[in-house]
Amino acid sequence: MLPYSGSVSLVSSFLFPPLQFVPPPNRSDWLCVVTPSVRRVTRSSDWSKSRRFPTGLAHSPAEDSLKMAASLRCFLRSGKKAVSALGQREFHRSAPAAAQVTVRDALNQAMDEELERDERVFLLGEEVAQYDGAYKVSRGLWKKYGDKRIIDTPISEMGFAGIAVGAAMAGLRPICEFMTFNFSMQAIDQVINSAAKTCYMSAGLQAVPIVFRGPNGASAGVAAQHSQCFAAWYAHCPGLKVVSPWNSEDAKGLLKSSIRDDNPVVFLENELLYGVPFEMSEEAQSKDFTIPIGKAKVERAGSHITLVSHSRYVGHCLDAAAVLAKEGIECEVINLRTIRPMDVESIEASVMKTNHLVTVEGGWPQFGVGAEICARIMEGSAFNYLDSPVTRVTGVDIPMPYAKILEDHSLPQIKDIIFSLHNLVLIIVRNGNYSFVFAEFLICPYLAATKPNLH
Amino acid sequence: EYEPSHIYLNRAVSAGAAAVVSARTYADFTNEATFEIKKCDTFKLDEGPATQVVMTRDEGLQYYRTMQTMRRMELKADQLYKQKIIRGFCHLYDGQEACAVGIEAAINLSDHLITAYRAHGYTYTRGGTVKKIMAELTGRRGGIAKGKGGSMHMYCKHFYGGNGIVGAQVPLGAGVALACKYQGNSELCVCLYGDGAANQGQIFETYNMAALWKLPVIFICENNGYGMGTSVERAAASTDYFKRGEFIPGVRVDGMDVLCVREASRFAADYCRSGKGPILMELQTYRYHGHSMSDPGVSYRTREEIQEVRSKSDPISMLKDRMLSNNMASVEELKEIDVEVRKEIEDAAQFATTDPEPPLEDLCNHIFHNNPPLEVRGTNPWSKLKSVS
Repeated sequence: MLPYSGSVSLVSSFLFPPLQFVPPPNRSDWLCVVTPSVRRVTRSSDWSKSRRFPTGLAHSPAEDSLKMAASLRCFLRSGKKAVSALGQREFHRSAPAAAQVTVRDALNQAMDEELERDERVFLLGEEVAQYDGAYKVSRGLWKKYGDKRIIDTPISEMGFAGIAVGAAMAGLRPICEFMTFNFSMQAIDQVINSAAKTCYMSAGLQAVPIVFRGPNGASAGVAAQHSQCFAAWYAHCPGLKVVSPWNSEDAKGLLKSSIRDDNPVVFLENELLYGVPFEMSEEAQSKDFTIPIGKAKVERAGSHITLVSHSRYVGHCLDAAAVLAKEGIECEVINLRTIRPMDVESIEASVMKTNHLVTVEGGWPQFGVGAEICARIMEGSAFNYLDSPVTRVTGVDIPMPYAKILEDHSLPQIKDIIFSLHNLVLIIVRNGNYSFVFAEFLICPYLAATKPNLH
Repeated sequence: EYEPSHIYLNRAVSAGAAAVVSARTYADFTNEATFEIKKCDTFKLDEGPATQVVMTRDEGLQYYRTMQTMRRMELKADQLYKQKIIRGFCHLYDGQEACAVGIEAAINLSDHLITAYRAHGYTYTRGGTVKKIMAELTGRRGGIAKGKGGSMHMYCKHFYGGNGIVGAQVPLGAGVALACKYQGNSELCVCLYGDGAANQGQIFETYNMAALWKLPVIFICENNGYGMGTSVERAAASTDYFKRGEFIPGVRVDGMDVLCVREASRFAADYCRSGKGPILMELQTYRYHGHSMSDPGVSYRTREEIQEVRSKSDPISMLKDRMLSNNMASVEELKEIDVEVRKEIEDAAQFATTDPEPPLEDLCNHIFHNNPPLEVRGTNPWSKLKSVS
């Protein structure tokens, strides 16, 4: 191990054999670590593009390093503020008649428009009517449509989910709201056995045009029983469509498509995104704007690494991409939009371009969305284009704790996404500043640094 | 899928049409008679169903034919199961025919019905043909669900199955009733469950919502004394299933007497259609077979008990005795009906055993409704199967 002397020197791998990556014990202390990517480049990857980057010392001019430190400090401190601050910077480019619409308002608009368009559509759930929605998503709808179409239910998930499915079988088009998807576990038999499987069991005789919607995944400080992500659970089952929007356009377009779909759709929202405003183009504000279920969107084009995510973590990926872009590492960020049926073709096309893949999700790692993506990429034609194994960035494999510091460290943060690229990116610490180098070809030894002072 | 031609017209039909249907009306038969039926226990009701009922000759013959068809169909299914031509689950309905026939006699085909897994009889009364039902049991392409559903998942118009999860059909039934109320079409939903299912939590959730929103649903508990192998005394703190609705009025009915069931169902249907909300009926009935074909049915009850019910309360025998003693039909006429029914069942069984199984191309179809074709992963990654709606 070389002592840190103020400059980084690279020693050829002939002197030092490649070592295993040992993750830093504490994320906020940080050791300069790199694993050698000793894979030979395969014929199909375009490694010449990597050569555009400095493969030796990467030092930034003083102001760049200050900016770098600042942005790093920003994302190392987790929390909503950092996210939206960085996130909003991306959305300055606006079309002429675009508007800033929160996800909550987008969902409200979608439901309002569909209720108006088709009188068979109705909403039922706890507190959706007179309370204006537990999270105010259905604000104003009861006042406009009345008791017949916006129905407050007692606290009986299994009962009212079954009633919703029965109504769908008899020709109506219900939107069944679960206050959070954690409570859908009470009713999961109705979702799977009564809704998802019926069209198949009846050989197409009995359709079930229903939407189950509600917030999914972690919120802030609500602890273990209220923070589970159900994307993997529902996406496991044939007969269901599972949709997970990120921004307002996604929310509105996908909810409208889900309501118009003749099949059971599980619509996974995110409570932390409800209040976040996003740009909505004029087209997206129209009454007929729908987004097809089953198509992913490339939110940001790039050529070096593909980041695939859904729901809230698309924002985290875009922020990570912004940080890495400063160093010249261009990430392609894909917003899955639909978990089932998954648009694997988009991911494959991107991997064939970038040769590296990272999946990011809030759910637990075992049998999760990222695991499915890994399996599908491995089974498909894009496998030969991978230059390194797919990395999954997931929530920590624990029930969600309550204390803020523990909760923050239970979910992927922007720094986790960046640090997950440890086998691709040489992260160099110099005088307390960070630089990143896309180090596909670097074969470098394990470098240890003294603890830099970040705060 | 829905061929009602064999179902005789029910009470909603005018007398003139009824006369046309029965071409062989013997002049010396009584056309209709009044019967005294058992009084029903009521709960939270000022008056119960009528105890003096009128049955016409045609109605009697229709009920007899339908019950006999159901009985023979179930016995045939028993035979085919023992020959291993039917596999998996097979829950037989023989003994309980009066329930299905009595209920159907009181409602219209435009009303809705949903039940649990002991559903072959209801599939028939709701409009499914014996041929299609048996072919579904044997898993052939001519089955009512093209062989995809099996014994517990048969569907036809305004009949929502056939549900495998005990108790799950009750909220579904209330949902169908919600749709009826929403659409304002004065239809109602008959929602059946057994004495075993009556202890499910979701049923109580449904009672609450149905009563709260005054949904036009008739909850019917078919109490056949045993939930699988557990007798009602061992399963329920209160075996008065018609009272379990607490704030929903209830009626306890002799489920072995088709006229009793019919009268109570008429009473319940009138109650619902007048907008008063849900009502609960408990039909006290009995099943001769075990819970399913894998249950001999004698480990938790005695053969004597089964024999006693068969000899004293068999619904078909009771109806036959009634008709014969009131000179509404002759022995030969009823025997003729038996022969016709037997032939129908034989033909259906023949079809069910010779019809080919569904084609393999059908494996992945019907996952979604009204959906563009999609690819489904097979057992290995390179096996990409086609799915159309």
